[in-house]
Amino acid sequence: MYDFDLVIPTTVAEASTAMKADGAQALGGGQTLLPTMKQRLAAPETLVKLSGLSELVSVSTDAGALCVGGATTHGQVAQDGTDYPALAALAGNIGDPAVRNRGTIGGSIANNDPSACYPAGALGSGATIVTNTREIAADDFFVDLFETALEEGEIVTGVNFPIPDAANYQKFDQPASRFALVGVFVAKFGDTVRVAVTGASNGGVFRWSEAEAALSANFAADAIEGLAVDAGDLISDLHGTAEYRAHLISVLTRRAVQSC
Amino acid sequence: MPKITMNINGRETSAEVENRTLLSTALREKLHLTGTHIGCDTSQCGACVVHVNGKAVKSCTIFASELDGANIDTIEGQASPDGTLNVIQQAFQDHHGLQCGFCTPGMVMSAAALLKENPKPTEAEVRDYLEGNICRCTGYQGIVNAIMAASGQDVPSIAAE
Repeated sequence: MYDFDLVIPTTVAEASTAMKADGAQALGGGQTLLPTMKQRLAAPETLVKLSGLSELVSVSTDAGALCVGGATTHGQVAQDGTDYPALAALAGNIGDPAVRNRGTIGGSIANNDPSACYPAGALGSGATIVTNTREIAADDFFVDLFETALEEGEIVTGVNFPIPDAANYQKFDQPASRFALVGVFVAKFGDTVRVAVTGASNGGVFRWSEAEAALSANFAADAIEGLAVDAGDLISDLHGTAEYRAHLISVLTRRAVQSC
Repeated sequence: MPKITMNINGRETSAEVENRTLLSTALREKLHLTGTHIGCDTSQCGACVVHVNGKAVKSCTIFASELDGANIDTIEGQASPDGTLNVIQQAFQDHHGLQCGFCTPGMVMSAAALLKENPKPTEAEVRDYLEGNICRCTGYQGIVNAIMAASGQDVPSIAAE
């Protein structure tokens, strides 16, 4: 890979300043960025290391929400996030143990990989993404494939997940990459149900509003009988056709509801 | 080039590295610790697993320049200085946990991390923990047997898959 300047800040304020430089790129755990740089698909001039910034490493519960610092690893969320069991389980099934020891929630959310697990957890929970300048609702955050509402130089400092009455994440593993071939996150808050789907759409994570309406009226697997996501907008690749993914979405949604 | 100092297998070690130098490259080419293997270089095979501050990581997917002051444990630090294998290594030998041996350093380091977190894992937990370590000799049954034995448990009697 091409060489770069490395900035190792000791505070978020220092990191924010460093991120203002032209060509600066935040470095979380690097579990996606390093392979991308090796392939020369990315060649940032400056990397600003965020992992290990103690201000950004925390898991706590506050006012009914699980609050996770932006540089917290998946492994730590799996271990310490048990006040929100569905989210802890999601974090504990990302990649493999070595990846979970490095990869961070902020890095995953900011990258918005269309097959990543955390975007489904954040959108499904109606989470709030906290940055060094503002707070962004998950509904507004995930814009498109690898695209978020983050501005140039903005840093994800934390993600606050409202803890639902019941929730479950069903992931159909793509066995080579350990990403989700399809993943469905279902969360029930009183009479309101949110359903977020990852791995399936060319536009990245999305909410399946038809299923949400049906499940809000009747929270049972049978409530989505006959509903299906239009395969026309879905990913088709050597791992599965769009029609296969559309089918998986229905199956996994049923399983998630049954497991709530 | 920046100079970094790491504690590797209990010994203070310094090296000059470029910012882009991977930990796996630094270990092998700068410090001549060639026990850490590079299989895929894409963070999938796990042959390069070492421990950074006590946690298993893939050394091909972390910059050495991020690790000034870190504690690193590699496969070279597993056996005693006189060459006596540790419990996990001995179990790999006793239970045919290796054929060509290429994946073995990563397998042993992942197993060591597992047994530190979970001293008596079930067979399913062993398999789950090793999902980031690939063995192309298809020696998984022997590896699982070795780790079960190293944890002081009965070796599973199931047939090889």
